Amino acid sequence: MTLSSSNTLSRWPTDRLLLWLLRGAAAIAGAIVLLIVAFLVMEALPVLRHVGVARFFTDPSWHPAEGLYNLTPMLWGTLFAMVGSVLIATPLGILSAVFCHYYAPPVVTRPYRKLIELLAGIPSVVYGFWGLVVLVPLIGSIHPPGPSLLAGIVILAIMILPTIALMADASLANMPPQYMRGAAALGLSRWATIRGVVFPAAKSGLFTGVILGTGRAIGETMAILMVCGNVVQTPHSLFDPMRTLTANIALEMAYALGDHRAALFVSGLVLMGMIVALVGAADWISRGRIYG
Amino acid sequence: MVNTLERHRDGREWLASTLVWIAAALVTATFCWLLGDILWHGLSHISWTFLTAPPQNAGREGGIGPILVSTALILGVCLGVSVPIGVGTAILLAEFTTDANLFGRLTRRSLDVLSGVPSIVLGLFGNAFFCKTLGLGFSILSGGLTLACMVLPVLIRSTEEGFRAVPTGYRLSAAALGLSRTTTLVHLLLPAAVPGLLVGLVLGVGRAMAETAALIFTSGYVDRMPESLLDSGRALSLHIFDLSMNVPGGDANAYASALVLVVLLFAINGTASWLAGHWLHRRIVTI
Repeated sequence: MTLSSSNTLSRWPTDRLLLWLLRGAAAIAGAIVLLIVAFLVMEALPVLRHVGVARFFTDPSWHPAEGLYNLTPMLWGTLFAMVGSVLIATPLGILSAVFCHYYAPPVVTRPYRKLIELLAGIPSVVYGFWGLVVLVPLIGSIHPPGPSLLAGIVILAIMILPTIALMADASLANMPPQYMRGAAALGLSRWATIRGVVFPAAKSGLFTGVILGTGRAIGETMAILMVCGNVVQTPHSLFDPMRTLTANIALEMAYALGDHRAALFVSGLVLMGMIVALVGAADWISRGRIYG
Repeated sequence: MVNTLERHRDGREWLASTLVWIAAALVTATFCWLLGDILWHGLSHISWTFLTAPPQNAGREGGIGPILVSTALILGVCLGVSVPIGVGTAILLAEFTTDANLFGRLTRRSLDVLSGVPSIVLGLFGNAFFCKTLGLGFSILSGGLTLACMVLPVLIRSTEEGFRAVPTGYRLSAAALGLSRTTTLVHLLLPAAVPGLLVGLVLGVGRAMAETAALIFTSGYVDRMPESLLDSGRALSLHIFDLSMNVPGGDANAYASALVLVVLLFAINGTASWLAGHWLHRRIVTI
């Protein structure tokens, strides 16, 4: 609700002062993203200028000390971990929300929802720690070495599951009740109602949740750093150790200098690009096709 | 014919509900395993001395006293900076701009992107801007400022909703009485919008406290008691990371620190959803 705009007719000078103060605050808040991009570009520019973009994909390996900057193993690492975790967390998260709304006995619904909310509140470093002391030895006993792509996928899946489940839960709660009544009047069974009526109607909310989860999976650093083994290589099996773009920044930033440091800012730019694309996609989905 | 159809349908019904129950059981089991593990190993190490003593022998022994102080200082800086900017922005977006306003739209879009920026990228930015360009070095101030960038979107969204929940009648009555907009804002809208602000504040604190990646290269690793805001200070989450990754034999204290962090976060998130439920009469999604 807006009752005033910039052409306010108010006679009070304090009002004008207030408006400029508020505009100042908003300008700072809005400029942060621009500042982030500007600083990433500025720090990355030296290496981009005299090494070029192509060599980040064509160099034989990632050995920044020797001037070799191949980011592709880390890009694959990020991509594999993301796809794997989204593939696991999406069905589990959506089924969780379905459970809450249509299957759970009333006594269970509230505690279960609380549980998902608590799961969403656990910090990534705790997930990582648990993965390190419980999950990694477990995987190691099945198929050494233990720290692996699989460990990363499982931890990420547990981490993004609450995001997907809570978004799905919210969009199921927004279902127009007449849809359910219509389905009941047609004599549809429970699963047929969910598959034929609920899923299509809640589609955009479900997609938005999955995209938010994907964003978290791409950006996650600590948990994945702790369980993945951090060997720079393109993983060829689920049990291979690997390193993601985010983990690479966290590991090497401490001692990186010159071009090496700049190369890490290039990977920061790549991550930023991925996130902007995802935010755009989420925006497009939630605006264009609500209940479509 | 009818019989086979019936049976086919029953089979699918049965399969679907089995899958749904399995999914729910799996999620519950994972949750209990994770939390049980941390409770089981952490609880025996928690004591008053652990909470107040300084860490010794790289954290293997001793407690987390200075680390709790550093965490609190980082949070203080973070809130001290983000609350004025966040509330100002929220007021502008909710009260003084129409949906069609270009400045408002750009600000909103930019905040959407900001809320998705990976924390490690924020860490890179904080290192380049606060530590290097502004010359603050590895310090609690740099860390707090970096976290302020991170919590702004949450804070603004929640505060804005608080303002939008105030009935239009308030503004109309105030305008009819000839009150200035500043007076209306300070005496009518702000008190009525406090619940939204508080929810945003609590959510922001939770988010900031859980953060690790953005702090590694901004607030640093030093585990001594900080003497000023320009000292480096280690946050609790970073302490857990350091103990489990870089200190062999630090697992026991890492468990205890993890338990402290999880309990603090549960308390914070619980407060947020209680506030939202009682004052705003809506559910919040803590993503």
